[in-house]
Amino acid sequence: MSIDNIENVVDSVDRSKMKVSANEVAVDIIGMHKWYSDFHVLRDINLKVMKGERIVIAGPSGSGKSTLIRCINRLEEHQKGQIFVDDIELTNDIKKIDEVRREVGMVFQHFNLFPHLTILQNLTLAPIWVRGIPKAEAEATAMHYLERVKIPEQANKFPGQLSGGQQQRVAIARSLCMNPKIMLFDEPTSALDPEMIKEVLEVMVKLAEDGMTMICVTHEMGFARQVANRVIFMDQGQIIEQNEPEAFFSNPQHERTKLFLSQILH
Amino acid sequence: MTDSSYAFVQTETAERLPPPGRTTGVIFWLRNNLFSSLSNTILTIVVGLFLLWLVPLLYQFLIGHAVFSGTADDCRVADVGACWIFIANRINFITYGFYPQTEYWRPNVVFWVGLVLVVPLVWSKAPFKIANAALFFILYPIAAFVLLSGGVFGLEQIPTEKWGGLMVTLILSVVGVVGSFPIGVVLALGRRSNLPIVKTFSILFIELWRAVPLITVLFMVSVMLPLFMPEGVTIDKLLRALVGVTVFYGAYMAEVVRGGLQALPRGQYEAASALGLNYWKSMTFIILPQALKYVIPGIVGTLISLVKDTSLVSIIGIFDLLNAIQSAGSDSAWSTPTKSITGYAFAIGIFFVLCFSLSRYSVYMENRLNTGHKR
Repeated sequence: MSIDNIENVVDSVDRSKMKVSANEVAVDIIGMHKWYSDFHVLRDINLKVMKGERIVIAGPSGSGKSTLIRCINRLEEHQKGQIFVDDIELTNDIKKIDEVRREVGMVFQHFNLFPHLTILQNLTLAPIWVRGIPKAEAEATAMHYLERVKIPEQANKFPGQLSGGQQQRVAIARSLCMNPKIMLFDEPTSALDPEMIKEVLEVMVKLAEDGMTMICVTHEMGFARQVANRVIFMDQGQIIEQNEPEAFFSNPQHERTKLFLSQILH
Repeated sequence: MTDSSYAFVQTETAERLPPPGRTTGVIFWLRNNLFSSLSNTILTIVVGLFLLWLVPLLYQFLIGHAVFSGTADDCRVADVGACWIFIANRINFITYGFYPQTEYWRPNVVFWVGLVLVVPLVWSKAPFKIANAALFFILYPIAAFVLLSGGVFGLEQIPTEKWGGLMVTLILSVVGVVGSFPIGVVLALGRRSNLPIVKTFSILFIELWRAVPLITVLFMVSVMLPLFMPEGVTIDKLLRALVGVTVFYGAYMAEVVRGGLQALPRGQYEAASALGLNYWKSMTFIILPQALKYVIPGIVGTLISLVKDTSLVSIIGIFDLLNAIQSAGSDSAWSTPTKSITGYAFAIGIFFVLCFSLSRYSVYMENRLNTGHKR
C-alpha cells in the first residue's frame, strides 16, 4: 500500500487560487445525529468546513457519507445537533432551507437532469424562477458555463441525447448557474464509464482551481490526493479519521482506515 | 507469444453490405404478418370469413337498404335498412332538445366560437397560448352561459330544462373534461402532501367518490340534495349534474395523476429542491409536466369514460343526446321498424367521433412530448 499507487486525475493542478480562509466558515456541523426510524445512520458528526476548502469524504458503502452531505442542503433531515451553512442554521423553517439551497449547489450520482427540458432550459430554469434573473441574462450565463464544461454545442438538445459524462458536466454547469458558494458532490463519477470519469474530474479540478468550496463524496483517490486539502474517512455513521491527503494515504492511523485503503490501493 | 494463432489485427474497414432479402413490399408484409405460421394462417382465414359475413351485412343495413329520402312510409317496408330520414327529420330535436327554434343561433354561436378557441389551444404550434387559454377557460364559459340561458341584454330567458340533445352532451363533456382535470391534479397533490389535514381530506374525498357508482351520485344530487336545501332555494338540475359528473371524474383523475407522480424518480424531486425551487415551482416546472406525460393514456382513458358516461344523466330526466334520440322515436308518426336502431347507430357515430378524436389527440401529445430520454 503506497500513495504512489494513486493515479493522478490530471497532469498538474494549479493551486495558486486554492486558498482556505482562516476565519470564514462555510459549513459548521455540531454534534449532529440522524436516525432512519431505529437505525442510527449518523452519530455525533462534528465538522467545520472553512471557505475555500476542498474536502473529500471516503468510506465503505453504507457508512453514511451520502447522508451526511445530503443533510447539508436538507435533502435529509437531522434529528439532533446543529448544522450551519453560511451562518444560516438549518431548522424546519422552509424559508431558511430555501435560502441555504440557493447558495449550495449539488451534483448527484445519477445526474438528475430534467429530461423534458433542453440543456439550456435545464440551466436557466432555477436562475430565472428562483433568482429572478432576466431570461436573456440567464441564457448568457448558461452558455458561459456550458463553454466552461466544453459542451456549448449541446445547448438545444435534450438530456437523453447526451452521453453520461456530458450529462454530468451539464449537471455541474446547472449548479454553477446559480452562482453557489458551496458545491456538494455525491459520487459524481460512480455511474460513469472510465473514459467519461476523466472528463468530469477535469471539470471538478477546474472548479477547485477557481477557489470553490467543495465537499465531495467520491471513490476517486487521485482526485483526493491532487485536489483535496482534507480527506475524511467515515465508517458506520461516524467520522473516524481526517487528515491532509499526504498523511492520510501514507500514514493512516485507524485500523479501519488501513483496511479500507489496502482494499482500494494495490 | 510469437506464434500465437489467435493474434489478429484488422487492416481494412469491412465493406458495407445491403440487408439480406426483401424486407419491404406487399408480399413480404402479407407473408410476415398474416401467414407466418400455421396457427396465424388459420386465424387469418377465420377472421377473413367473419369479415366477409359482417361487412356486407353492415353495408346493406347502413347504406344498401337504407332510406335516405321520402316519408316515414318509405321506412315501413319489408327488409328495410337504416331509416336515416328519421334522423334528418328530427335532427333539430336531437341537436337542441326543447330549445326554441328561433333561438338556435345562440347554441350555434357558442359551438363555433368554442371550436375556434379550442383548435389553436390544443394545436401546439399556434401562438398566443396564454391569451388563448384565458379566453377559453375564463371568458368563454361566462359568455357561453349568458348567451345560452339569456335573460339579459334583451335575450329571451331559456331555462336549462329546455336545453337538450347533442348540445347538452357537449356541454357536459366539455365542462367535465375541463373541470375534472384540475380537480384531479389538486387532489393527487393533496394526497401526497405532508400536511396531515390536506392529506386526510384528499384521501377521504377521493375514496368517497370512487366508492359510489355515478348513477348513485346523479340520484343523490337530483333527489336528495333538494331535500337538504332551505325552502325556496333551488339549484339548477343541469348544474347539479355537471358538478356531480365533474367531481366524480375528478376523483378518478386524481388517482391516475398520483400514479404519474409516483412513477417519477426521486432524483427529480431532489434535483428540483437542491436548486432552490420551492414546492409550487418544482411541481409546475419539473414534476407535473413529467408525471402528467407518463399518464397521458390513463388521463385520456378517464376522459373518454367521462364523455360516454354523460349519457347516464338521462336517468334524472336531462335530455342528453341519447335521451333525445329515444324520445324522438317515441313519436307515433315515426313508428317504423328500424327507427330505434337507426337512432342508436347515429348515437354510436357521434360518441365514436368524440372519443376517437380524444384518443388520437393523446397519441399526438405523446409524440410531441417525447424528448427521447427513454433509453
